Amino acid sequence: MDFLRPASWEEALAAKAEHPTAVPIAGGTDVMVEINFDHRRPEYLLDLNRVGELSEWEVGEETVRLGASVPYTRIMENLRPELPGLALASHTVASPQIRNRGGVGGNLGTASPAGDAHPALLAAGAQVEAESVRGSRLIPIDDFYTGVKRNALAPDELIRAVHIDKADGPQQYSKVGTRNAMVIAVCAFGLALHPGTRTVRTGIGSAAPTPVRAKAAEEFLNAALDEGGFWDNGRIITPSVAKQFADLCAGACNPIDDVRGTASYRRHAVGVMARRTLMWTWESYRGTDRAARRMGGAA
Amino acid sequence: MGTTGLPTNLTQGSRTKGGIGESTLRPDGVLKVTGEFAYSSDMWHEDMLWGQILRSTVAHAEILSIDTAEALATPGVYAVMTYDDLPTEVKHYGLEIQDTPVLAHGKVRHHGEPVAIVAADHPETARRAAAKIKVEYRELPVITDEASATAPDAIHVHEGRTDHHIGHVAHPNIVHRQPIVRGDVAAARERADVIVEGEYVFGMQDQAFLGPESGLAVPAEDGGVDLYIATQWLHSDLRQIAPVLGLPEDKVRMTLAGVGGAFGGREDLSMQIHACLLALRTGKPVKIVYNRFESFFGHVHRHPAKLYYEHGATSDGKLTHLKARIVLDGGAYASASPAVVGNASSLGAGPYVIDDVDIEAIALYTNNPPCGAMRGFGAVQACFAYEAQMDKLAAKLGMDPVQLRQLNAMEQGTLLPTGQAVDSPAPVAELLRRVKAMPLPPEQQWLTAGEAPDVRQLPGGLSNTTHGEGVVRGIGYAVGIKNVGFSEGFDDYSTARVRMEVVGGEPVATVHTAMAEVGQGGITVHAQIARTELGVTQVTINPADTQVGSAGSTSASRQTYVTGGAVRNSCELVREKVLEIGRRKFGTYHPAWATAELLLEGGKVVTDAGEVLADLVDVLGDEAVEVEAEWRHRPTEPFDLRTGQGFGHVQYTFAAHRAVVEVDTELGLVKVIELACAQDVGKALNPLSVLGQIQGGTVQGLGIAVMEEIVVDPKTAKVRNPSFTDYLIPTILDTPTIPVDVLELADDHAPYGLRGVGEAPTLSSTPAVLAAIRDATGLDLNRTPVRPEHLTGTA
Repeated sequence: MDFLRPASWEEALAAKAEHPTAVPIAGGTDVMVEINFDHRRPEYLLDLNRVGELSEWEVGEETVRLGASVPYTRIMENLRPELPGLALASHTVASPQIRNRGGVGGNLGTASPAGDAHPALLAAGAQVEAESVRGSRLIPIDDFYTGVKRNALAPDELIRAVHIDKADGPQQYSKVGTRNAMVIAVCAFGLALHPGTRTVRTGIGSAAPTPVRAKAAEEFLNAALDEGGFWDNGRIITPSVAKQFADLCAGACNPIDDVRGTASYRRHAVGVMARRTLMWTWESYRGTDRAARRMGGAA
Repeated sequence: MGTTGLPTNLTQGSRTKGGIGESTLRPDGVLKVTGEFAYSSDMWHEDMLWGQILRSTVAHAEILSIDTAEALATPGVYAVMTYDDLPTEVKHYGLEIQDTPVLAHGKVRHHGEPVAIVAADHPETARRAAAKIKVEYRELPVITDEASATAPDAIHVHEGRTDHHIGHVAHPNIVHRQPIVRGDVAAARERADVIVEGEYVFGMQDQAFLGPESGLAVPAEDGGVDLYIATQWLHSDLRQIAPVLGLPEDKVRMTLAGVGGAFGGREDLSMQIHACLLALRTGKPVKIVYNRFESFFGHVHRHPAKLYYEHGATSDGKLTHLKARIVLDGGAYASASPAVVGNASSLGAGPYVIDDVDIEAIALYTNNPPCGAMRGFGAVQACFAYEAQMDKLAAKLGMDPVQLRQLNAMEQGTLLPTGQAVDSPAPVAELLRRVKAMPLPPEQQWLTAGEAPDVRQLPGGLSNTTHGEGVVRGIGYAVGIKNVGFSEGFDDYSTARVRMEVVGGEPVATVHTAMAEVGQGGITVHAQIARTELGVTQVTINPADTQVGSAGSTSASRQTYVTGGAVRNSCELVREKVLEIGRRKFGTYHPAWATAELLLEGGKVVTDAGEVLADLVDVLGDEAVEVEAEWRHRPTEPFDLRTGQGFGHVQYTFAAHRAVVEVDTELGLVKVIELACAQDVGKALNPLSVLGQIQGGTVQGLGIAVMEEIVVDPKTAKVRNPSFTDYLIPTILDTPTIPVDVLELADDHAPYGLRGVGEAPTLSSTPAVLAAIRDATGLDLNRTPVRPEHLTGTA
């Protein structure tokens, strides 16, 4: 195994162009497990740790440009107001030691359905900044996951950053594991309210071959909120609407039975998380968020 | 000594510091916490090779061929060995039944069985070479449960058994059967006003010790071998290793290396023989270290069990009878299965008075992973079932579950179903009273002054699954009985060598035993005993090795009792010799030398009234006093093979738990809020260590209640989760507060009145948690561990 250590982003792109089979490594959260278990013996490892810019982030007017290697700890500590869903997801990643090393780029690169960041990225509506010596492009998160542990990257591309809109409304994230810390998701759910566009977005983890959105559930809820004038009147969402939303989220799952849980449980749990996160975000929107919006409007 | 030869320093008689009853600190504690402790996997030797084991990829198969040519041709490889390369006629080992091949011969019987071994100059080279060994298998049907094991046409997991259990089992795939029959169950059943039945399932638990199996074998010039090894019992290993190597036992010199936990998982051999074989074959030191994946295949686990229980009671709550059948899955090799059967059956009725009992326990041979010793050893599985039964019975009678238990609780003098009287305190009702009387933890601890709840206090924790929705609290109780020490007539002795001499102007004691310090704190206690008995401050504990007699196993909660007893006994013999010297030197100066009870305290010889007669420095002068002696507790006897009657156990130990859990009933997630424990320890030699044992045992019991299970595919008998990613053990965030109430009711048969501590809390913790979950959910849960799908109807 050859170990490539580019000193800059340009060198990294050149190395990846020259060795398209090279496996990029930053925190090593996924890659080192695979190597240690001998599931993977890449010809080349492409160490991105010398590319300092990957660990930086910029908070713009509308979006956060999050470097691929920004550790989860930094997201939790520094980006909670802008990226509340992703910050909550970051909290559930493994242990403090791993959160100090792992970043969103690794989750995206591995594209495991169990990656903790995916549901939050789907719900927030992120874009993946991929680059190669051929140029740079933004891949909408909806198009990013193409199969079990497969993504839309070309062989010569690397993930440079993720662009995520700053939260314009409440976001929540829940993950089920069978212990209270350091656990791989049995299933996970992310929900973001987008009052600006009067839409909701969802993300489901570990309950289908790829991370997925519950699009039918989103459409149902968007319509229900719209019809009832909920975004303006801030009324309490009725239990029947919440239940329908939850059922549709459960229906969006296509899970398997495995050693971590049954398919039936995953479907059930996604429904419960969908209902709860909807209540939490909506309560938050009805209270503080909507009040702030009204006051902002008045001023 | 004073210049005139008179005794000196006679004025300051004082109690010896750091003796028994004090919480002296462990010498290994800080090193372990800071990562500086040298574990067996840290050893290094100039020129050493690395050993690697090739394991079977299937559970049950004939081996048609093994081709090692390519592996042997790999540069850096020094040796490849298979069964055919074993040097002597002895090619099997085992704790009681020698049924385990050193390397597979003709057949593999479980997933992960060692087939070949490789030594190379780099661990990666060894690993790759092992992967080049071509093994051709012809797969056989797998035997995975009682039905498939005892079917008339079932393949015999072991052909042609000749062991001493084969005569009394109904099928060659049953390792051992022990009935315990007392009274007349049929007649007693007639008296019962209520009867409750239950079928219970106990999952396969792993010891999950932190330090994987490892050791270093160094060939010696005399043709022997020095083995540095993490184990639970050096001499038991030695007895099994030496014949396979074709060496006399004195040429296999074993020294205990740093042990990273054991919990029963190191009672059986793992890589010991393999490392020695490779070292002797290559003439070079050979180190073998399992990784975590291999460790899951490298040691036995706790027997999974199916338990069928029927209890009857009169309408006022008095137990009438018990009928029980306990089926333990021993897996492919016998390991400790016979003794586990003995425990499960003889303790199967629990700490209750029941006159009419019919219990049968068996262990199976299957193609599942071999199972053997683990903390609680058969008593754990039984406790899970009989405590669930007590709750069922209480519900049916409309009684308080604690009151029902107290009403039937055994006490000193109660006859067990084996006919053996419990002849020391058995405060079962009192332990229950104490855990029940403890204040309950406050409700809804997740509520904060702010808006957001503290999710760490909720089921799911930081995974943020509930803010209080669906959360219901439940409370459950359980109590258990565990034997201490090896039972059923086993010669359960220990050996201690104690030396006393003056070093640097101070009296110093040296204690040398072969006791495996596996983290239980034995070496700390030995020093405390030596200080108490010999009145010295300085005690040197020599490394455990086979240059001294056997200490027996660090298992069965026995080491403080048995090796502690041996150290005390040798100290007493040393003291007698020291006093003889004293009498010889100074006897004429004071009449008390001849008449009084003399003690050694604070570096002096003192009378029982506290008068100082001499300084130990003066008494000993240049002499060293040394004694090596074996010590035995009172003997036990085997259980009758038909009735199970017999004085089978040395001592009993009891613990009770109250579990408080909060269950997210919609998601099926459980947070154990508190596990209160009361335990009688007879005498706490080191109170802090006692507390640690109780807390650790409690958490290990919590693990099997809600998360820990080795999952074996019933179709292939292959292990599905051999990693800490999917075999979950509790983290500190899963660990509840554990208030502990320690009783010290002396057992007059035991040294200092002490009672073994380590296992009892593991028994009652699990059923208490299950009872609390049943209380919270109203579900009739009959298996452990309980997983979210069991609580949400989505299994």
